Amino acid sequence: MILDCYKFIDCSLSQPTMMLFQPFSINPIGQPIVAMHIPDGFLNVPVMLIAWILSIALIALSLKKVEADYQDRAVPLMGVCAAFIFAAQMINFPIPGGTSGHLMGGTLAGVLLGPWAGSLVMSIVFMVQALIFQDGGIVALGANILNMGLVGTFGGYYLFRTIRNFVDRLQFSRQSPRQSPRQSGHQFKSLIIGTAIASWFSVVFASALVALELALSGTVPLSVGLTAMVGWHMMIGLGEALVTVSTVTFIWRSRPDLFYTSSHKKAQTLSRSVSR
Amino acid sequence: MRHSSNHFNNRLFMITGLSIALIIAVFISPFASKDPDGLDRVAQDLAFESKAHSDPLAHKLPFFAVFEEYAVRGVPEAIATPLAGLAGTIVTFGLAMGLGKLATRRLSMTDRRSSAHQHDESNWE
Repeated sequence: MILDCYKFIDCSLSQPTMMLFQPFSINPIGQPIVAMHIPDGFLNVPVMLIAWILSIALIALSLKKVEADYQDRAVPLMGVCAAFIFAAQMINFPIPGGTSGHLMGGTLAGVLLGPWAGSLVMSIVFMVQALIFQDGGIVALGANILNMGLVGTFGGYYLFRTIRNFVDRLQFSRQSPRQSPRQSGHQFKSLIIGTAIASWFSVVFASALVALELALSGTVPLSVGLTAMVGWHMMIGLGEALVTVSTVTFIWRSRPDLFYTSSHKKAQTLSRSVSR
Repeated sequence: MRHSSNHFNNRLFMITGLSIALIIAVFISPFASKDPDGLDRVAQDLAFESKAHSDPLAHKLPFFAVFEEYAVRGVPEAIATPLAGLAGTIVTFGLAMGLGKLATRRLSMTDRRSSAHQHDESNWE
């Protein structure tokens, strides 16, 4: 296993003793390099430019939406979410095969805060990581925000919502007419199922997107990159689902009122309580 | 009355949440797995890892003098990562709170949207 790794290690690395004990290349003082953060150099300019355009557009939209719809009681949750995701991203857990994974957090932010405030939170996390801790390239930051943040806060959130509504509807149709869903219209079960599936999917999809970006940049062929990235991230996604579900459960049990509800949902809830 | 109890709840949540994040960043981070993560591993296996710029833009920022990735320079190795975790968590928290406050600031009472939230503290309006 160690010999295989030596084949691929860049010859310009000059710490042979280091490599003996830590065959996977990490930086000289032995700190884990967290990722799927793409460093500068992996992607070409057009790909990074498109990623920047998409990210900036979605961030700008998110800012407008937060200004229009969010109440200031969402602010503590934004702070806590950002802090927690930053901290959790430092914690790599081992994956069989000599790789590690860590929380991405996009779906978590989306489920708790909704796609708009969630996207702002994720953007801040990645900016701090790139600018202060050199984690992920600065030019590649647009791509990193898109892949690891926006995929989760938008894709993850909407997938979560779709699944949750579906499970609730199934549940509701089985119940006797006298029983009604919780005040908020949702059950814990549907929350967890939606969260688990959406968070797993968001990681896998993000890894596929990274492979696509790498292929478009001519860094690695698509089929090869896709197999490798998706392969590992199907496993890493399980960790993501576990952490996301645990965190969501904890907050649901302590402060269910903090969860994001869309204005559509708010209107529904209002009309339901009025008609009773 | 309702306003102050909601305020207290939010304060409590904030302190609890931030504390948990800090505990993770400071005390658990040194135990994180040092194996390369997904993209690193793929970059090694498929031999494109060397494409990463050895002197990227981030190295030109003033923060690079203080932090070498997630480790503070010039301190004993044992506390380098925890200190970095502490700094990063606090900064991230502050920026998110700051942006949140700015974005949800209401310039006048008439700007407040009436919300259908049962738990909305603007009930006291």
